[in-house]
Amino acid sequence: MGSMKEIFNSLLLKELLKGLSVTGRHTFSRKITVQYPEEKTPQSYRFRGLHALRRYPNGEERCIACKLCEAVCPAMAITIESAQRDDGSRRTTRYDIDLNKCIFCGFCEEACPVDAIVETRVYEYHGESQADLYFTKPMLLANGDHYEAEIAADREQDSKYR
Amino acid sequence: MMVETLQQLLPGFLIPHFNWAMQLGQGIFGDLWPSILTAVWTVIKVMLIIAPLLLAVAYATFAERKVIGWMQVRIGPNRVGPWGLFQPLADGLKVLLKEVVVPANADKAVFLLAPLFAFAPALIAWAVIPFNEFLVLANVNASLLFVMAVTSVSVYGIILAGWSPNSKYAFLGSMRSAAQMISYEVAMGLSLVVVLMISNSLNLVDIVKVQNEGRFADMGLKFLSWNWLPLLPMFVVYVISIFAECNRAPFDLAEGESEIIGYHVEYSGMSFAVFQLAEYSAMLMGCTLVSLLFLGGWLSPVAFLPDSILWLFLKIFSVLILFFWVRATFPRYRYDQVMRLGWKVLIPVSLIWLAVVACWMLSPWNIWK
Repeated sequence: MGSMKEIFNSLLLKELLKGLSVTGRHTFSRKITVQYPEEKTPQSYRFRGLHALRRYPNGEERCIACKLCEAVCPAMAITIESAQRDDGSRRTTRYDIDLNKCIFCGFCEEACPVDAIVETRVYEYHGESQADLYFTKPMLLANGDHYEAEIAADREQDSKYR
Repeated sequence: MMVETLQQLLPGFLIPHFNWAMQLGQGIFGDLWPSILTAVWTVIKVMLIIAPLLLAVAYATFAERKVIGWMQVRIGPNRVGPWGLFQPLADGLKVLLKEVVVPANADKAVFLLAPLFAFAPALIAWAVIPFNEFLVLANVNASLLFVMAVTSVSVYGIILAGWSPNSKYAFLGSMRSAAQMISYEVAMGLSLVVVLMISNSLNLVDIVKVQNEGRFADMGLKFLSWNWLPLLPMFVVYVISIFAECNRAPFDLAEGESEIIGYHVEYSGMSFAVFQLAEYSAMLMGCTLVSLLFLGGWLSPVAFLPDSILWLFLKIFSVLILFFWVRATFPRYRYDQVMRLGWKVLIPVSLIWLAVVACWMLSPWNIWK
């Protein structure tokens, strides 16, 4: 009896019609396409994008060359060299992040005791060669200067969960 | 006779010029003039069919991408021109600028001719397609037979395309496609036999006209008198066979975009595009045949609306949408499933229905007299 029913259903193309009705319904449903350059998906304030080195409001760079980020980086994308500055404080002479290697895990940001290295929400950047994606200290500091307002606002929003 | 027809068609102010041109031709070519005129007039008519057809093919690709996009909750192409309407032109330009790579060990002449072998039959068949009772390039008596014969020739294009590049993958792909097309031609032919039986004619114009008669047509519901209703199983078999015949999803093993490769692996640029043109014009051909044979061609669905060529276009477009719909819905068949469906399901079903209709016609309940 069951097999008779099966044969009948397959002859009447029952399942095919069911499938067609699904696609037929979706033809007229609202489209979920995000038309990228004009429209963008919503973004969390915790988004991990392009890196930046921050400064204190008085212009002093935050990084104290503790090298925790370099140590924690799973992709070994960070290279730091440090030296004593004239005023006796320890500062980086070199702070490079190779974005070809970086996996954007955010560990460097979590490891940093002074909130110096952060990841911004910026994701629209590109390089035309691998060298373009090798970010040096001045470039990272420039990123920090440029996006400081957004970075500070995002940290502020996240502070109650930390 | 043709001259008189033209005189009627032309606007009044052109008739003196036309007559003058006729006299000039007569003066130069003498007795040859009528045959030259016929040839020129035929070429013009051919152009009048082919140019819109190619445009329709271009926009069929666009419509396909749009419709499938909508069904997948996407928008579809919308970047080139308003609503993406110039997308086919951009595609054509791209394909023209691409290099046609000919493999080193290929039989070059055959390799380059094979796409044309696939494309030409799909165009030739349009010669006998009636757009309404009078608009047909060649109203031959056995037009359906002609269509069947000519569209079958496109298998040669596929076999040659598989054989000529000397690639085993293309060769296997072409064998697969050829076997598929030949198998489904049997079921298709059988379902056409049933249509022939009830319309008592091989002429496409007559086949459409016969669908205008019947009990429902007398009641004004003409669409219930079309062949699709009394021959519903044949209609389904025919549509499925057309899918397979055109190498369309869910039988598109020939193309097999995602996992297997077909007869046109070695083709690139324009030579590949000609295969696409062939596929889409064969598809339009199939849609037109379905509309003519089962959906009443240019006949209007209800009595109070006039018959018009627009009905034919509407029907072709609807069947085309069905093609897209099916492509967006069903996964591809495995090759043995394709063969099983063709030989073990469609052919028995059409044979049984052939016998049923034959008995029906001999019985007192015959509705086609």
